[in-house]
Amino acid sequence: MRDSRTIRIAVMAVASGTTMTLGVEGLDALITSLHERGYTVIAPTVRDGSIGYEPVTTAEQLPRGVGDEQGPAHYRLRDRDDDARFGFATAPSSWKRHLYPPATTLWRAHRDGDGMLLFEETQAPPPRYAFLGVRACELAAILIQDRVLATSAYPDPTYAARRRDLFIIAVQCGSPSGVCFCTSMGTGPRSNEGFDLAITELLESSDPRYVVEIGTPAGQEVMEGVTSQTATDRDRAAAIAVTEGSARQMGRTMDTRELPALLHRNLEHPRWDDVAARCLSCGNCTNACPTCFCSDDIEVEAADGASTARVREWASCFSRDFSYIHGGTVRQTTRSRYRQWMTHKLGTWWEQFGTSGCVGCGRCIAWCPVGIDITEEAAVIRSTDGARAGASR
Amino acid sequence: MAAELAARAPLTPVTHRVVGRRDETADVVTLLLEATDGSRLRYAAGQFNMLYAYAVGEVAISISANPVGDGPIAHTVRNVGTVSRALCELHPGDSLGLRGPFGSDWGLDSATGRDLVIVAGGIGLAPLRSVITQVISQREHFGDVEIVIGTRTPEELAFKEEVDAWRERKDLSVHVTVDRATPGWRGTVGVVTTVLPRVHCDPEAVALICGPEVMMRFTALALLERGMQAANIRVSMERNMQCAVAQCGHCQLGSVFVCADGPVLTWERVEPLMAVRQL
Amino acid sequence: MNALTDELTAHRFFANMDAAHLDVLTGCGRNVVIRAGTSIIREGEPADAFWALRAGRVALGVSVPGREMPTLDTLHAGDVLGWAWLFPPYRWHFDADALDDVHAVVFDAVCLRGKCEADPALGFDLAKRVAGVLGDRLHAARLRLLDIYGPPHGS
Repeated sequence: MRDSRTIRIAVMAVASGTTMTLGVEGLDALITSLHERGYTVIAPTVRDGSIGYEPVTTAEQLPRGVGDEQGPAHYRLRDRDDDARFGFATAPSSWKRHLYPPATTLWRAHRDGDGMLLFEETQAPPPRYAFLGVRACELAAILIQDRVLATSAYPDPTYAARRRDLFIIAVQCGSPSGVCFCTSMGTGPRSNEGFDLAITELLESSDPRYVVEIGTPAGQEVMEGVTSQTATDRDRAAAIAVTEGSARQMGRTMDTRELPALLHRNLEHPRWDDVAARCLSCGNCTNACPTCFCSDDIEVEAADGASTARVREWASCFSRDFSYIHGGTVRQTTRSRYRQWMTHKLGTWWEQFGTSGCVGCGRCIAWCPVGIDITEEAAVIRSTDGARAGASR
Repeated sequence: MAAELAARAPLTPVTHRVVGRRDETADVVTLLLEATDGSRLRYAAGQFNMLYAYAVGEVAISISANPVGDGPIAHTVRNVGTVSRALCELHPGDSLGLRGPFGSDWGLDSATGRDLVIVAGGIGLAPLRSVITQVISQREHFGDVEIVIGTRTPEELAFKEEVDAWRERKDLSVHVTVDRATPGWRGTVGVVTTVLPRVHCDPEAVALICGPEVMMRFTALALLERGMQAANIRVSMERNMQCAVAQCGHCQLGSVFVCADGPVLTWERVEPLMAVRQL
Repeated sequence: MNALTDELTAHRFFANMDAAHLDVLTGCGRNVVIRAGTSIIREGEPADAFWALRAGRVALGVSVPGREMPTLDTLHAGDVLGWAWLFPPYRWHFDADALDDVHAVVFDAVCLRGKCEADPALGFDLAKRVAGVLGDRLHAARLRLLDIYGPPHGS
């Protein structure tokens, strides 16, 4: 098992005095306060019929009154009958594209006058990001990716630099979707650590109000630039009720009892053939997944040939040549590649990083073009544990 | 088995110059490399470096000579792809990039005082040459040393002069066998497994095997039949390697990252992984 | 107890053979030394003997016109030479030459076949051992067909 120190972010006790409330104008003030401290604020915003995480400058850009409906191979935005700013579940893309960009230059090379190769590291100063609206499942995903990219034996410089200065405003989830199963994975709907601030949106009155929990001294400091009220007991109880309500509305469940062992002893289960007949090996799931980290290192030569760059791009284990070694590809079939993805995500991830790779966000279900549901696949294997293709029993 | 190295490997290549070149066979070249900045990291036999050919790419190549000491680092490259072909075209004076060292080593430290059975198949002799040369330099630390080398034909045997020198030694038992004899060959003909019945195998001996996966599989089985233990049999695995630091994901074999948990792994750990097709 | 029995008990092919059976078999055998370079077996000739090698090497091959005989296999101390003596029409399939001076126990095939017919238990044991040798050699031959050290496919 790999070394699995997580980045510990000091969490102050959520006691009376460290919980405040804000009105909607307070969100604007919060964004302004962050700008004044040099942060680029990334927040959900409506784009192309879905919700993306983009830089925002005012709270006006948040998805006001927007909700979503999600199911296997199904994602639609819908109008809510209130003015919630965070009334949806997960977006098609995750926060990982801002911490672990889809393409990064690792280093460059060129030849000097004598033909000698010279290498230079290319580390642009990292942006200072503040993520506004990180759901519990997404925060869990960031903490999981930390184990792969930040606290492993070789921290990734780009990820580590962006992560170090990252300011996180979690949103305690009040709007799970039909594909959600964070409660099964133990990752939500409420975040208890890992954030600088956490907000819960209360929708009892015509204008939303926000209960704000302080998570770190940095969070405390940012809130000093924002006018707020102390939260009442009733406010705090209402905030807890939001996530308790969400926990009862999960779209799906995943039975995680001894899941790694279950998958490990069913590597030849006939269900893999069944799913392979449906799977297009398109890799949408790996693209959407907030914990997937696989990448390709490619060579990008300048047009004039005077220099070249080593670029890391997102990759997917579903690509046919992902496992190519001289002479051929190890995982030649969709069957073996789907099996690799699922048994890694739910199984071998534990041995490698000490945690599951799945946070129960359900993106892979919504964004699979044929609606393959990882919870259903696991359930079928569990209920037919030990089945072999062609077995007479 | 991961070597505890003083310094971590750099992530950006370090410029190295080719200071020596030897054509081993028609498609195999050994390159001797020195860093242009004079640096020299500590390497252990069994580890590999990522070698970079300008504007072509990187490839994982095992260290192929005694890694202990201050001399140039040797890598033996077989021309099987675009990057390896570019490396095989380098000559003294040319430069390339080197990142490393990475991976687990053959674990000679844990084999002190024990017998060694070293079985090399084809180009697998290159990574094992590093440990054989190290064993020779510390011969008194080990018991009986049996070396079995399998190759396709006599012409395709790499390091011919060195293998002959090893055969001359009284303190090593060296068996060379070919899959296909060519006229004039007076030696053994047959796969390496047919040689093993004549090799001394102590139950506490340590076996080091390197070659194509099929060869390693059958060799390990034959050694188990000879009474060796799965925990004492070590193989060197190979998978697609790009980052070499357990982050790109390509080299995974079950839960194993071959670049970091391997490439040297015990048969005990590898056998169940090898048993699953297309894992 | 035949003097040969002690020697053959140590030979891998006869490992753990019933002592009484071994005694019967050695009645068909005698020690022999074959000088290096001697042709021991010729393809097509009657398969009338069976050798348990104790020292020295034997090269197996087929004769190909215009070429020195390509060696397909080498046999060493502990191996056995010849199996066609067990199956009609009892004719050798390959050539075999002594690479070094070879010390072996040679068994007369007619005698061996007679002993096997007379004692089915002995015959079955001997047949199983020969089948085991054939299986190992088939396995090894198939591995060589894979040409695993050759250029990777697709490269």
